[in-house]
Amino acid sequence: MRFSGWRVSLGALVLLAFGMPHLAFADGYVIAPKPWEMWLPQPGSPMEARIDHFMAFVLWIMAGVVGFVALLLAYVIVRFNAKRNKVPSTVTHNVVVEVLWTVIPAVILLVVAWPSINLIRYEADYQKPYMIVKVTGHQWYWEYDYKSVKGLDFTSYMIPDDKLQPGQIRRLSVDHPMVVPAGEKIEFEITSADVLHGFYLPSLGVQRYAIPGQIVHSWTLLTKPGTYYGECNQICGINHDAMPIEIQALPMDQYQAWVKKAQAEYADNTPNRTPAVVRPALVQLAQATR
Amino acid sequence: MSSTVIHDHGAHDSHAAHQPSFARRWLMSTNHKDIGTLYITAAVVAGIVGGGLSMLMRAQLMYPNNTIVSNGQEWNAIVTAHGLIMIFWLVMPALIGGFGNWFVPMMIGAPDMAFPRLNNMSFWFLVMGFIFVILGLVVGQGSGVGWTLYPPLTDSTYSPGVSTDFTLFSLHLAGISSLLGAINFIATILNMRAPGMTMHKMPLFVWAILVTAFLLLLAIPVLAGAVTMLIMDRNFGTSFFEPGGGGDPVLFQHLFWFFGHPEVYIMILPAFGIISHVVSTFSKKPIFGYFGMVYAMVAIGFLGFIVWAHHMFVSGISVDSRIYFEVATLVIAVPTGVKVFSWIATMWGGSIEFKTPMLFAVGFIFLFVVGGATGIVLANAGLDQELHNDYFLIAHFHYVLSLGAVFAIFAGFYYWIGKMSGHQYPEFWGKLHFWTTFVGVNLTFFPMHFLGLAGMPRRYPDYPDAFAGWNYVSSMGAFLSGISTLVFFYVMYRVFTSKVVLADNYWGEGATTLEWVVPSPAPHHTFEDVPVIR
Ligand code: HEM
Ligand SMILES: [Cu+2]
Ligand SMILES: [Cu+2]
Repeated sequence: MRFSGWRVSLGALVLLAFGMPHLAFADGYVIAPKPWEMWLPQPGSPMEARIDHFMAFVLWIMAGVVGFVALLLAYVIVRFNAKRNKVPSTVTHNVVVEVLWTVIPAVILLVVAWPSINLIRYEADYQKPYMIVKVTGHQWYWEYDYKSVKGLDFTSYMIPDDKLQPGQIRRLSVDHPMVVPAGEKIEFEITSADVLHGFYLPSLGVQRYAIPGQIVHSWTLLTKPGTYYGECNQICGINHDAMPIEIQALPMDQYQAWVKKAQAEYADNTPNRTPAVVRPALVQLAQATR
Repeated sequence: MSSTVIHDHGAHDSHAAHQPSFARRWLMSTNHKDIGTLYITAAVVAGIVGGGLSMLMRAQLMYPNNTIVSNGQEWNAIVTAHGLIMIFWLVMPALIGGFGNWFVPMMIGAPDMAFPRLNNMSFWFLVMGFIFVILGLVVGQGSGVGWTLYPPLTDSTYSPGVSTDFTLFSLHLAGISSLLGAINFIATILNMRAPGMTMHKMPLFVWAILVTAFLLLLAIPVLAGAVTMLIMDRNFGTSFFEPGGGGDPVLFQHLFWFFGHPEVYIMILPAFGIISHVVSTFSKKPIFGYFGMVYAMVAIGFLGFIVWAHHMFVSGISVDSRIYFEVATLVIAVPTGVKVFSWIATMWGGSIEFKTPMLFAVGFIFLFVVGGATGIVLANAGLDQELHNDYFLIAHFHYVLSLGAVFAIFAGFYYWIGKMSGHQYPEFWGKLHFWTTFVGVNLTFFPMHFLGLAGMPRRYPDYPDAFAGWNYVSSMGAFLSGISTLVFFYVMYRVFTSKVVLADNYWGEGATTLEWVVPSPAPHHTFEDVPVIR
């Protein structure tokens, strides 16, 4: 089930597929979905690498189970069809096989459960981050509040299809991506200002609901500088498919330079919240927040 | 299960005398067979509507940036109605109200259901519910909340207008319908078995319906409570699920899935029952491991109530909760495996005839195993963090539902249509229906595994262009499945215009349950005298 062959030089493939001249990025390292992809995205974080590994493990076992059942069925179909076997047997019990087909699956499940529980613990360990970004889902954009940088709190909207610049990816690129340093542990404090949203970063292995009135924690660590994408993954209204997530990881020095610039540039870019009390008709609202 | 029946072929005629008027027979029916027929008819209608919606969705998703559906709200309303209709108005009515009503009384040698008028009432509640769910789709901007109804999106602030109230009330109506049906089945099965029909001699389909009825009895009230709270939040200023008023949106998810997970077994246990009968009949062998089969269903029913939060792995539930719900979920695979292997063992050594019902049954076994395998993948909380709510999940539950439960419905249809209508289906067209369906649905849903692994989220009317390839393949598969449905309609046409008279037991030696000792079609009153089972 592991199509490592499909993983050939990501960046190149993406560029080819979209005919993109060049990305805004120094080294142009981009992890975005690829045409005809059949496996998980290229891992952008150690968490995704572990998920990838364990997914292959479980899927291989499951492929074995499905294959085994398919073989049994094929054998039965060929060997015991009415043409070949005129007289049916009358056997209705066999303690040995009945015990076996209870015990063997149980053992297989134990083999899966053990590493799986370790993975849960690993994914839950958001402690001791380098920095915290508070992520707030809104109808229909994201807001990133850098807890460690005073006043750095900005909104991130999808680029509408008719405003796409060359090099941007339709339905994935945003106006202000979240920018973080590569190689450092980042904690996300995920919440919502209105309905549920889903903060979903497939290439980093991160997914948590954004729930109003609650903070849900997760974390990541972007191994390499580059651009990573995600999407809202919990139905949230008319523009559910139009609030993607873009994260850029920079080397530390460039990140620090960006922070300085952003502090100045985004000073008055604190979220222009949609008024919650007076709500225009849904469709107009949707257009307005594009 | 050997059985003898004292029964009178003349019984039919003695009743022909008082033929009820059309309105009396169909609108005020108290006969379990007529009500069963009504349920099956309703399921076919719902299937056409819900299937039509899925064709619309696949047409929209065939290309990125498509404009068949005009906006996200319309899309969400379609997705919501599709999910609810398929679950509450297609799968459940066909399996439980339809085949359950028709064959449970017959299989246990009872003259009818315990409460015939209640039975009629269950059906009409279902029809009312269907009208409401359609209103929820078409009134105003439509109810675009997803079949899972998660607040706050369901609240009046974010889903203003009456359409969401229609959708919520439709669930109350369908819920009452199921609840009354469940009470009726439990009363019938526990009290009205013919002499000699002990619990441990009951056919597996009856066992399946019994376990299902208990699941309904325990799960539906929880859904009703949660839906009532939503309706209160929307209309009467309460804040059960509103954080602003001290409520908790995650509480709703717990309540919903406490109902929702048993619900998925409510849809599959009756299917298990049908498959057991079909496999045994066409292998000309009794069920292998009858007790294992019975208690596997009971175990699945019980475990089904203690795994619900595997739907909430990314809702911020604690590490310990995730570990517990993962392990509990994995355990269900064991009794499920017992069922699958027992079916294969039933076929083993048999003299198997591959008539249409058997094709659907074998198809069911294989595709259900594929869906179960992806279920195991999703049960790993650590992997679900990657796959939750993306197309891998969609592939999983369509393999167990559209390819599992629906295949079982077709298996049951082809198996029993002669008994229900008195006419046999045309074998060639039945087989053609099977093969077109089999290819179509696999082409539709298998590529969704890839889309899911690659990270395509569910409930999106438009998607990044890289996902275009597999979406196109999937849409092609969906259209082929649509064509296969036309083949099915032709089969039905042939059945109802057929003149061929059928024997009581048209499947021969393999079919041993009580419905095969009464004439085809089964007379209005099945047993004039109580059958005695030895
Ligand atoms: C071996 C048996 C099964 C296992 C281990 C299993 C496991 C799971 C898990 C863990 C999920 C949640 C995934 C997520 O939300 O990310 C799920 C979803 C689902 N399963 Fe299964 N499942 C099994 C069988 C079934 C059966 C038999 C049915 C129905 C006939 C079913 C229907 C569904 C549905 C409808 C959902 C999606 C609900 C939604 O979010 O809309 N599953 N399953
Ligand atoms: Cu969303
Ligand atoms: Cu479940």
